Amino acid sequence: MRWPWRRREKGGLAGFSMRGIKRDEEQRRAAFTRRALLLGGVQLGAFAFLGSRLYALQVEQGERFATLAEENRLSVRLLPPPRGRVLDRNGHVVAGNRLNWRALLVAEQTADVEATLANFSQIVPLTEAEIARVVRETRRRRRFVPLTVREFLTWEEMARIEVNAPVLPGILIDVGTTRIYPEAEHLAHIVGYVAPPSEADMDGDPLLQLPGIRVGRAGIERHHEPALRGRAGAVQVEVNAVGRVIRELDRREGAAGADVEITIDTELQKAVRARCEEGTSVVLMDARNGEVLAMGSQPSFDPNLFNSGISTAQWREWTEGRATPLINKATNGLYAPGSTFKMVVALAALEARVTTPFERIFCPGHLDFGGHRFHCWNRFGHGQVDMRTSVKVSCDVYYYEIARRVGMDRIAAMARRFGMGVPLPIELPGTRSGLVPTRAWREARGQRWSPGDTVVHGIGQGFYQLTPLSLAVMTVRLASGRAVQPHLTRAIGGRPAPGAGAEDWPSLGIPEGHLRQMRDAMWSVVNEQGGTAWSSRDLGGFGQMAGKTGTTQVRRVSREQRERGFDVRNMPREWRPHALFVGYAPAQNPRFAVSVVVEHGTSGSGAAAPLARDVLRDAFERFGAGVETPRVARLRGGE
Amino acid sequence: MSSILERRLLARDHGAGFVQKLWQIPWLFVLLLCAVAGVGYVALYSAGGGDPNLYANRHGLRFAFALVIMLGLAFVDVRWIARAAPFGYALGLALLVLVAVAGQVGGGAQRWINLGFMQLQPSELMKVMLVLVLAWWFHRASHARMGNPLFLIPPLFLVLVPVVLIYKQPNLGTSLIVLALGGVMFFASGVRWWKFAAVGALLAAAAPLVYTNLREYQRARILTFLDPESDPLGAGYNIIQSKIALGSGGIWGKGFLQGTQGHLNFLPEKQTDFIFTMIAEEFGLVGALGTLGLLLLVVGFCLLVALRCRHQFGRLLALGLGANFFFYVFVNVAMVTGGIPVGGVPLPLISHGGSAMLTTMLGFGLLLSAWVHRDLEFGVARD
Repeated sequence: MRWPWRRREKGGLAGFSMRGIKRDEEQRRAAFTRRALLLGGVQLGAFAFLGSRLYALQVEQGERFATLAEENRLSVRLLPPPRGRVLDRNGHVVAGNRLNWRALLVAEQTADVEATLANFSQIVPLTEAEIARVVRETRRRRRFVPLTVREFLTWEEMARIEVNAPVLPGILIDVGTTRIYPEAEHLAHIVGYVAPPSEADMDGDPLLQLPGIRVGRAGIERHHEPALRGRAGAVQVEVNAVGRVIRELDRREGAAGADVEITIDTELQKAVRARCEEGTSVVLMDARNGEVLAMGSQPSFDPNLFNSGISTAQWREWTEGRATPLINKATNGLYAPGSTFKMVVALAALEARVTTPFERIFCPGHLDFGGHRFHCWNRFGHGQVDMRTSVKVSCDVYYYEIARRVGMDRIAAMARRFGMGVPLPIELPGTRSGLVPTRAWREARGQRWSPGDTVVHGIGQGFYQLTPLSLAVMTVRLASGRAVQPHLTRAIGGRPAPGAGAEDWPSLGIPEGHLRQMRDAMWSVVNEQGGTAWSSRDLGGFGQMAGKTGTTQVRRVSREQRERGFDVRNMPREWRPHALFVGYAPAQNPRFAVSVVVEHGTSGSGAAAPLARDVLRDAFERFGAGVETPRVARLRGGE
Repeated sequence: MSSILERRLLARDHGAGFVQKLWQIPWLFVLLLCAVAGVGYVALYSAGGGDPNLYANRHGLRFAFALVIMLGLAFVDVRWIARAAPFGYALGLALLVLVAVAGQVGGGAQRWINLGFMQLQPSELMKVMLVLVLAWWFHRASHARMGNPLFLIPPLFLVLVPVVLIYKQPNLGTSLIVLALGGVMFFASGVRWWKFAAVGALLAAAAPLVYTNLREYQRARILTFLDPESDPLGAGYNIIQSKIALGSGGIWGKGFLQGTQGHLNFLPEKQTDFIFTMIAEEFGLVGALGTLGLLLLVVGFCLLVALRCRHQFGRLLALGLGANFFFYVFVNVAMVTGGIPVGGVPLPLISHGGSAMLTTMLGFGLLLSAWVHRDLEFGVARD
């Protein structure tokens, strides 16, 4: 085929009969005329359609629109959906809503915003700042959006406003809801709190423009904000000149926010918190599926105070003081794990085949390495120590030696498999991932990783920064052998959240024999004479506990002190070591796992282990011992 | 033989001097345009709240400027215009690419070029240039040749390239209008019916795919169109307020400067996209239909030119320019009456804004040239 758009020859017309050309031209013109007239008809039809639309709008519905527009009576109002509640695992409300009477101002309904506010101020006194805020907001938002003038009105104030309505054009009384936290400070760190949205929160949802709306600022309230918020309804109303609703034209229901059920048991949470002193944090988890049952962090705060706005003085006290009540130490406090980390080092060594459970290492009370002397906590030494004994008596020299053999990077890799130094998907925004140092991490900071560093890190000291939550996760994973993740959500809007069953979680991929070795050693810590937590063995008839103590120095112990035989009880409080304990129970069939950090608690066996035992006992008392058949045991099969 | 014909045509052309051409200009049509622009002046005077300096005076000045350009173009020989068509198209395309590049550099959507005294939207210019270049292309096609599908491929690209460029701006509304304009040109030049049917079927099949690829705000517009009340505070707000303003105008309107919706700022963009609402609110159904009638006359004149031209180029050009004007009017009025999704299309010669005014008048200049030289026979079809 020839390219049709290429001219055949310059001459153009040669070879064609004039008549042929003319006939074609006439044909073409006739075709064009037909089609042009057709198009003209379509255009005329389109204009007729426009005319009919105008007729429909201006004549047939003209009257309706005239009433709507004449004095601008059409007003669209959003209907705020009730915010979803937060319930604990027993259906007990831990974040709910209560009624709140408010005075609102609709700028488009008053000729003079400032005059209206001045009149209002004579009835219910407003401060200069409040007036300035409202005036500022009228400029920022659309003129028909109601703005909050004053919240939490009393009956008397409401009555006075209603009586004076004629001099208050644009002011309306409205009932809204406000958030209430019945358990106040007990669940503050978990449930979080709500606050008025800031500019940054404006995500295009018109709901956020409403007066009195609150968005989640922390904890579950923030994490589950989309579910809790719901969807706004809207109502089109006709209002008269002073803003009273004449009638409703159209209504569109929104969707209420979904209730969120969390895994916390409120009674247990209170019991656990009652056992905590300032600087103590406790995480209690279901050892089978990672549900967080209680999480204590002292001190705490009352989230109800955020509702009506926090005073500057209060805020300063909370954020600048030594005690940091707003910070959840269980998820944001960073500690070296100390001896509670030793199982991880042992497992790394077993996996790397640099030792066996039966190898004995001699502990003379110290290890000389690289020109340094590394001390065991027991300066008289433990003698010949195998793996089980090393956990039981928490021998440091044993771990100096195997850490030296296995190397830091393999220890860190094992720690990450146990949920340490990696982000945990818990529903608490801002939770810290913590840090497990590696050679590369150190070198990225321009410093060298010396073999001596590895030795120190073998006993959980050094650069580690781990949260109590990640220690609890480690314990759960040791107890279950599965990559269980900590979580707080049981159900959203009645739909169960995934992760409730042990079978939801994949295996850690660590040989069962290695894990059994660790569990047996942790059992011996508590239940054999000479174990570091022997004195905390009494669970009150609820079976046996397994665990590991830890004591981490916050200050270096100098040789001089060591030689003098220093006594920590003579040190100032903030110099004393932190006390840690991780454990689970029942030892044969783990149901609960716990991690405890007592800041400056002096010793793991003296301060942390008894607290862990008490918390586990509380849990058993609350849930009953062995009432349910633990699913983990069944799944483990051949054991 | 050919030379005899050509000589005869040349003789006729040479006879047409400046004065003859001056007499040939359809002064009634020019008057009609002045009347439309006058309506615009009045409406913009009201939109400015009685202050002519806000919108109205600038509108008048722009129109006067555009009028001079239009009348100047009327004297240009239509064959020159045909010859210049591809270059005009290339210029339009270059400007489109320029804004695309500038937009990428500047970040975000860029739709206009700053000429100093006005902002030029290349997409508006492209509409006229597309009509021009398609008229030039199809001018050479005999009726028989139109049956050859290969002949239709280059003009298809002439349409699709600007459509894609404008869609990427992103400006879905204008790109669809350009596409429709191309369709009208194809139709008028005699492309066989079944080809339109085939393309139509293809488009219907592709519609769901297109919808999923639209941008969030474009999708919101379509959804809002389908149900304006679904978003009464957001995108639906404009349509609802516009309908209230229109409807409340009634038969006789609220009177000049008496419109409440517009003057209380309930009506958004009342000086540009929603100027027709303003007219309908203040002058009622009578004023609105009167305005529509004037605009219909403009479209009708284009059709008249198309039917009277002796050359295919002029016919297609006139028909295409008429369609372009028609699309402006139809989309804008349908939009403000809640008939189709809101799409930022102005009402030509009435809305405040330079690009549409200038390009519309540029088109009418070409139209007048086609009218003045309507009896010229040139470039008889071959093949």
